[in-house]
Amino acid sequence: MDDNFTLLKKLSETSGISGYEQQVSQIISENFAPYCDEIKGDKMGNLMAVKRADKDSSNRAPRIMLAAHMDEIGLMVTKIEEKGFIRFTSVGGIDPRTLLAQEVVIHGLEDIPGIIGAKPPHLTNENDRKKSVEMEKMFIDPVLGKEDIDKKISVGDLISIKREFLSLHGDSAAGKAVDDRAGVLVLYQTLKELQQLKTKVDLYAVATVQEEVGIRGAITSTFNINPEIGIAIDVCHATMPGVDEEDAAEMGKGPAIGVGPHVHRSILQRLKETAVNYGIEHQIEPYPSPRGTDTWGIQVARTGVASGLISIPLRYMHTSVETLSLTDIKKAGQLLARFIASLDADFVEGLRCY
Amino acid sequence: MLLKKLTEAMGVSSNEDEVREIIKAEVEPYVDRYYTDMMGNLIAVKGEDKSGPRVVLSAHMDEVGLMITKLEDSGLLKFKTVGGIDERILVSKQVQIGKSKIPGVIGAKAIHLQQKEEQKKPIPLNKLYIDIGAKNKEEAEKLVELGDLATFTTKYSQIGEYATGKAFDDRLGCAAIIELMQEEEFDFPVYGVFAVQEEVGLRGSARAAYAIEPDLAIELEGTSASDVPGTEKHGYSTTVGEGPAITVMDSSVITHKKILKGLLKAAEKNEIKYQYRRTNVGGTDAGMISLVKEGIPAAVISVPCRYIHSPVSLMNLDDYQGLKALVKGYFAELEKEGF
Amino acid sequence: MKDLIEEITGIFGPSGSEEKVRTVINKKISNYVDGIETDKLGNLIAFKKGNGEGKKIMLAAHMDQIGLLITHIDENGFLRFTKIGGVNPKRLIGQRFILANGMTGTVGVEKVDEEKEIKFDKLYLDIGASSREEAEKHVSIGDSAIYKPQFDVSGNRVISSYLDNRLGCAVLIMVLEKLKKSPHDIYFVFTVQEEVGLRGAKTAAYQINPDLALAVDVTITGDTPEAHTMDVALGNGTAIKIKDQASITHPMIKELLILTAKKHGIKHQLEVLEHGGTDAGSIHLTRGGIPSGTISLPIRYVHTPSEMADLNDIKASIELILRVLGEEI
Repeated sequence: MDDNFTLLKKLSETSGISGYEQQVSQIISENFAPYCDEIKGDKMGNLMAVKRADKDSSNRAPRIMLAAHMDEIGLMVTKIEEKGFIRFTSVGGIDPRTLLAQEVVIHGLEDIPGIIGAKPPHLTNENDRKKSVEMEKMFIDPVLGKEDIDKKISVGDLISIKREFLSLHGDSAAGKAVDDRAGVLVLYQTLKELQQLKTKVDLYAVATVQEEVGIRGAITSTFNINPEIGIAIDVCHATMPGVDEEDAAEMGKGPAIGVGPHVHRSILQRLKETAVNYGIEHQIEPYPSPRGTDTWGIQVARTGVASGLISIPLRYMHTSVETLSLTDIKKAGQLLARFIASLDADFVEGLRCY
Repeated sequence: MLLKKLTEAMGVSSNEDEVREIIKAEVEPYVDRYYTDMMGNLIAVKGEDKSGPRVVLSAHMDEVGLMITKLEDSGLLKFKTVGGIDERILVSKQVQIGKSKIPGVIGAKAIHLQQKEEQKKPIPLNKLYIDIGAKNKEEAEKLVELGDLATFTTKYSQIGEYATGKAFDDRLGCAAIIELMQEEEFDFPVYGVFAVQEEVGLRGSARAAYAIEPDLAIELEGTSASDVPGTEKHGYSTTVGEGPAITVMDSSVITHKKILKGLLKAAEKNEIKYQYRRTNVGGTDAGMISLVKEGIPAAVISVPCRYIHSPVSLMNLDDYQGLKALVKGYFAELEKEGF
Repeated sequence: MKDLIEEITGIFGPSGSEEKVRTVINKKISNYVDGIETDKLGNLIAFKKGNGEGKKIMLAAHMDQIGLLITHIDENGFLRFTKIGGVNPKRLIGQRFILANGMTGTVGVEKVDEEKEIKFDKLYLDIGASSREEAEKHVSIGDSAIYKPQFDVSGNRVISSYLDNRLGCAVLIMVLEKLKKSPHDIYFVFTVQEEVGLRGAKTAAYQINPDLALAVDVTITGDTPEAHTMDVALGNGTAIKIKDQASITHPMIKELLILTAKKHGIKHQLEVLEHGGTDAGSIHLTRGGIPSGTISLPIRYVHTPSEMADLNDIKASIELILRVLGEEI
């Protein structure tokens, strides 16, 4: 198996629900270390891998930030019922219909297995089956005695869907939390690619926290780094029956370069040129609103940041079977590495000229 | 005619270039300097070396519009809205697309071909297309790119004290700042902030304020007036012709009491007709500015406009003059009393 | 304690008009602190110096309250209004409101066929005026109104308007009265405009730039008939927030609060709130991020004129804050 698959599998299978990304952060830190000059965290838990410019002048090198969020959506215990059944809410946006009859892991004092219960078809009538079940009506059956439950589980504990990362036909793969561990893999690929290239900018590859609950980590990490350029790497919807190419990109056809109010025109231009010059397959994805990814936070830090957006096409977003093509990750990394190598102080200076 | 020039220019959020160039040319002879920042905001500074409070006057250059999201094999263009537009107003309008202003129309199936039931329902956005006359996708690709922005083509016109046109929100604010900078000398530093991307989430102006660190900021806006049939008097929010509207509270900001008092005093002293904005729905850049760093006292004054965020809105030019007079009157108070 | 709560819940101070509350709190705490100031947005910031070896801690309770904003006065003297903060129009009919000058009015409704039609544009405030001219002697457009203050004690519980969040203010005042010694530099911040978007805390946190912050605010409970699925109950102690819509409590703060409560045997419960937020939401995203949490006061019937709190929960909350401030962090 290739290096990227192995790491993505490991990241996908590790729990890192918004606000509690430490374990994922640890894995990223270990894997990024060989490819950067310094790794540091901040108070919110954002992880920054710094790769400094190849020195050729005494001037301060411009700073570029790449951001992919390492948090994932998940569930949280809201109440333990008298019989030990567990009520829960979501952390981030989850379609409750994808939850029924899932095996889960409750991250209590220790990891405890559980089942999101569903009534058997014998006990439901036809009308019941026409309606979807609300999250407030669902419960988890922890595979534990009541006494242990009280000792080991408390309100506020996190819950993940139990899901093994799966290799599908060709270069496709599926699992949970691929949104946005795929983006983290793009950071990884970019750092690897940059080993062969010279740069005139300081690169901050950031695994951000709490994107799924309100783009929070990007807001504070951008403030800390104070970069001139910031590019978010996230997932976008991939085409499938019922999802038109107007709202989606195609899986396996390369990274999607975002166009919209949150994308600085010169960054867009340079990304497109780079892709064309190096023959990197890519797609264009228009976004009429700047909301929805880390660019929302990055662009408006301090006095404003020239921002961009690269997306990996992904099917079944926010479920535990998110599916992507590993080729798209590789190509995104190649594109970003070449883009970064092309940057210099003059280009950055020009970003303020409108 | 400044309002004509400004409102007929294209400036959908993030593509404000044409508006910015007009403003640069207008203010250049009258200001110390101007500059653009990373977001694309244009900042014109007058009286920078003077002592006294640093004042930001802010208005946004951008307008709501459309973005091209797909080129169909037929050569028709699919699109989405940029900023808040009621989709029901879109059908049967003329538009222009991108820097080269490719003309197009938003068409719909002829009434003869519709079922009776269809006519009762609004046409959803995904059933609307822009037709630029291209015969197929290849032809369309030569003229339009994915992500290109489009505006309505409405011409400005004036009938008595009324004006009609597009993008009054907020080119009238831009025009007011330009004219204030042309007509007035200030006793304190004034920063005219012509902001980008207000319509997509109040993105631009506060970034400029972050760098300027003003003592106070006043946002000049076009606001909605609903003084029309079908609305009860208590739902008008503002009334066209009753003077500039002073905001007490909207969804983004509570006007700073000190500025509010100053504005009211100025209005009384100079006998300027004014009204309160009588709703707290809707937000402006003042909200984001007010929360910059340690907080910046901020206020909003606006000119009531009917049919805002549509291809054609209507305003009263006396209200516009009243807005300028109110700012001038308040500035006179600031000169005398400080902040 | 009851007297303080009664006094402080009865002061007029909807979002944007917190002056009177600020004045009262200022008077009550100025003797206990080393410095006190009002910032540009109106936050009251009181400072108590530590021994130079501790952390810089910000405690925040919001002074503002929800209410009505007068938008129109008609020919017959009826006032039309919209809301300030989270006010439910369906629950206003027959409620009494007062203006800043003490003028009382009651809410009436136009003829409607169904309850779901009751929106703000169907409601009006009747202050007893019979013409616009008469009304304008007492009120003008842009004025605000609050529920007419009511305060009662029932057993070990208080029923009062505006426990949200004058109770938080009262808790911070009592903490200041009782706080003897702390290694930490502590900023007691009474914030403005929380109910309209957690605004005051944001600019205050920027100015103070603390190492950590705690909001003190109310939360809802799940202990009433057919309530929300929520574990918090009145009388079960101070509530340590794990998550709400605006923030996830920093794991370090969560641990600090839980361990301190356990160590000192303070009755506490854990809170996961599906909606709503506190000042911690805006504080923790300030500058490069400020580790933050919330100590919640369990309240039933939040945002109605009859909010209910348990006196023991209040005492537990005060004790937890005092103990945390006494710890080395």
